[in-house]
Parts: sequence; C-alpha cells; structure tokens
Amino acid sequence: MTPARFSLASRLLHWIMAPLLVTMLLVGTGMVATVSHWRLSLLALHKPLGLALLVLAVLRLLLRLAQQLRGRTPPLPASLPAPLRLAAHASHWVLYGCMLAMPLIGWAMLSAGGFPLPLQLVPLGAPDVMRYALLRSMHTLVGELFYLTVIAHILAGLLHALLLRDGVFQAISLGRKT
Amino acid sequence: MTAPPRSHGPAALLRRALGLGAAAPVLRPLGAIAAAGALLAGGYAYAAGWLSPQRLSPVRVVDAFQADFGQHAGFRRNHAKGICVVGHFDGSGLAGAYSSASVFQPMQVPVIGRFAVPGGNPAAPDTGNPVRSMALEFQLPNGEQWRTGMNNTPVFVVNTPKAFYENLLASRPDPATGKPDPARLKAFFDAHPESAPFRAWTKAHPGTSSLLNTQFYSINAFRLIDAHGQNHLARWAMVPELPAAPLDPAQKNDKNALQDDLLQRLAQGPARWHLQIQLAAPGDPEDDATRAWPSERLSVDAGVLTLTRAIDQGDGPCRDVNFDPTILPRGIQVSSDPLLAARSGAYSRSYNLRTHEVAALQNAAHQGESK
Repeated sequence: MTPARFSLASRLLHWIMAPLLVTMLLVGTGMVATVSHWRLSLLALHKPLGLALLVLAVLRLLLRLAQQLRGRTPPLPASLPAPLRLAAHASHWVLYGCMLAMPLIGWAMLSAGGFPLPLQLVPLGAPDVMRYALLRSMHTLVGELFYLTVIAHILAGLLHALLLRDGVFQAISLGRKT
Repeated sequence: MTAPPRSHGPAALLRRALGLGAAAPVLRPLGAIAAAGALLAGGYAYAAGWLSPQRLSPVRVVDAFQADFGQHAGFRRNHAKGICVVGHFDGSGLAGAYSSASVFQPMQVPVIGRFAVPGGNPAAPDTGNPVRSMALEFQLPNGEQWRTGMNNTPVFVVNTPKAFYENLLASRPDPATGKPDPARLKAFFDAHPESAPFRAWTKAHPGTSSLLNTQFYSINAFRLIDAHGQNHLARWAMVPELPAAPLDPAQKNDKNALQDDLLQRLAQGPARWHLQIQLAAPGDPEDDATRAWPSERLSVDAGVLTLTRAIDQGDGPCRDVNFDPTILPRGIQVSSDPLLAARSGAYSRSYNLRTHEVAALQNAAHQGESK
C-alpha cells in the first residue's frame, strides 16, 4: 500500500534544505552584485554551504530513488488534472537536478579557473579557460532556473496547502496528520 | 452572522474551476500566495541590486573602466598591458612568528607573476604612468594559494570604492582631446584631500630604469594570524636587490622599454626581491590605503622572491589568473580596508568578461583551422 506521506527522513531533509537553498541562491546572487565587505563574507559562506548542500542533495536523491523504486512515495490526488501532474513531476526532477548540478558546477568552475578550493577539495579537472567560461555562465543560468523553479514550487505548495487542501502539502509537511 | 457565499463573481468561478466546496476560502489563500510570490521575487531583486541602482557594483566599476579606456577583448579591464613571469619564493622562517601561513616557513614554493601598467589600454607605453604593478600567485602545499596585487606606490590614491569610482568618472577622456579634462581632475583631487600623499609620492618618485629595480607595496593592510590565533596587522613590500637607477630619457620614447629590459635581463640571470613585512603599531590605520605607516615600524624579512623567466601574456601562465588580493592562505586574512572587497569584485567581473572573450577567440581560431 502506498503511504499518504513521505518518510520522516525525507520530510526532515526537505525542511532542512529548503531555507538553506533559498539562502544559498540569494547569497550567490548578492555576493556578485556588490563591492562592499558583504562580497567577502557571503563568498566565505557560499562555498562551504554549497558543499554541505551537495552532501544533503545526494542523500536526499538516494532516499527518494529508493522509495520510488519500492513504491513508497505518496501519489498525487486523482483530482489533479494531467497537465498539472506533469508539471509537478517535471518540476521535482528539475529541482533535484539543480540541487546536484549547482555545487558540482561551482566546484568544477573554480577548478577550471585555477582558484584554490575550500576544505582542501581535489580539483575537478585541470585549469582550462574555455571550460571556465562555459561553467561560469552555467553557474548563473542554472542558478536562475533553480530560483524560478523554487518560486514555482513554493507557490504551488501554498496553493495545495491553502486553497486546494488536497493532502499534497500534508504529504511533505512536518505537522501532525489532520 | 456571515453572509452566505455568493454563487457568482470571481471567487465562485474559481471554486467551480478548482472543484472546491461552496464555502471554501479563496481570496485569503490567494492573497497569501501572491504575498509569498512578491516576497521571493523581492528578495531576489534586493540581492541582485535592482532596488538600489545607485549602489556600486562590480559591473558599474568595470563599465567605468571600459568607458575610459575602451573595450579590448581578452584583456584585463585594468592593468591591461602586462607580461607574465615565473619563479619561486624561499621563505626565511622569520615571519613564522606572526603568521602560520606555510609560505612563511623555511621552504620553497613556485610563483607565477605579472608586471603591468595601470589603465585599460593593452598598448599603453610602459613608462607613461608613474605607477607600475607586480602581481604574484604563490602556490602553496595542499592546494593553498596566496595571491597579491602590488603597486610601486606605498599609498593608494583614494581610500574608498566610491572615491575610486568617482576618480574613474573624473578621468574620462574628453571626446574632443582624447585626454582627461584637467579641470575635472583638479576638481576631483580638490574634493579628495586624502589623495595628496599619493600625488606627492608619485611626483617625488619618477619611475626607475627597470622593473627589476622597482619596489612594490601591498597597497592595503592585511591581518597575519599566528599559530596561537593572535592577529598582527601588517603591510608588505617587495624590495629589489638591484639598486634603483633613474629612467633613461631614451626609454621614455620606447613603448616597450620596461618589458624589453625585463626579457633581456632575465635572459642573463634571475632577479631577486626581499619580502619585507611591516608590522603595525597600535593606532596605525587599518582601513586607509592613502596613509602609510611610519617607516620606523618593525619590519621582518620574510623571504626571497626569485624571478627566472618572462613570458608574453598572450599565452603565458598569468593570462588566466585573477590576481584577486583576497585569495589568501590560512594564516593571512583581509583587514577592514574597504578597497579589498571592491578590488575582489571588480577583478572578478573583469576576469569573467575576459575569459569568455578568450574562449570565444579560441573557439573562432579552432573553427578557422578546421575549415
């Protein structure tokens, strides 16, 4: 039988990562837009936080895949029209993809630019100016796609929680079952 | 008593469209969702600086350089003309009492560097500007790096990013003459008395005859962190072993006088500098690059820089290095000098523009070859 909610581990990971990811995206946007001391303090936060989020994202994806394979993920309600179901599924995989891609692109980008890496990480590839240019653009573009998808995800979540009240938000909520 | 829900109007339409009950709340949830959307979009707009167009950003600083000097694809937006050098640094161990950085231990590390001329013109004459620069990247064990960008002036012209930006605006070439308007520059300097020590210094110190007999200064203060976690406020200078000599008048007419001299002299043998670390006394300014510290301050000989070879910057090892002075190893930290973050931001913007241009040029060359 499929459960009505995601596992507690999945829900905890979701709510730990959610504020960190929004913070991370705004930190990244803000640190490159200023010449004030904030640039340096935000940059010092951005790199270790990105690495922590990579570890959490890998954990989360493994957990999700394991549960998906065993049919232990809560289904969307039958009342949801097909285009919205498709949008829901597609946006979730975009979010997982961005969660994994952003820190990896950042890591490979610093490596390609010959910059030192935090926490003595090994470089992902030798310095290469063409690869650096490509990865630097990707870091911005994927980041913007990520933030837009996060906005859509949060608004859709609120739509389910406040307006539709169809159990979709309950499936990920940490609150008690109603 | 509440009024019964209306069976028409936008709320009722939405209820029917979403298959909600006749009494389901609609307007308040929609208001909450709209507010959340506005908050998320507003957060991004705030972070990106869209709400404060007067805020100084790396883009605005680099745009000002491009307006003053033109856009030269693949080159740095400032200190565009330069030449790569390679060599090594032998730490003396004497600075180890003040900083735990591995570079100050008695050991040798490889160094990549670059000598350059200020301004965004990659064809600028070597001796047209009294200021010249030396940038270095020390490659330390465990993937650590120390990058520093130094000038031959012990003080900087201004002490805030805003004043630096205004200096760029005041230096904009007049379209009629192709040169900065002297009246505008004078007005800037009159409004910025903190620039007086810099102007007096450059007037009293015309450039020397060679890059190899030029002394370079860290410009900004930094914090050295010793093994016990104690801070020591410091500046540094690269002091050449070669004695200073005045510039030959003939050198002034030769656009590449200093680069040619560098190539010629290094071909004959290496050149050396001593890294002298000057330690602040209480009360010495930490955040003001226009004020030098008294020369009697304690100075420590931290080691010897040896440069062995110079290479054209077009394909040399310094081309794709961003000499961001805030890239520091464990044991050295930035001070409260506001110029440091601004240098980091502007260098990064310049680096991202020029690496994209270099990549595009290489791509084009690649396609040309395969045709």
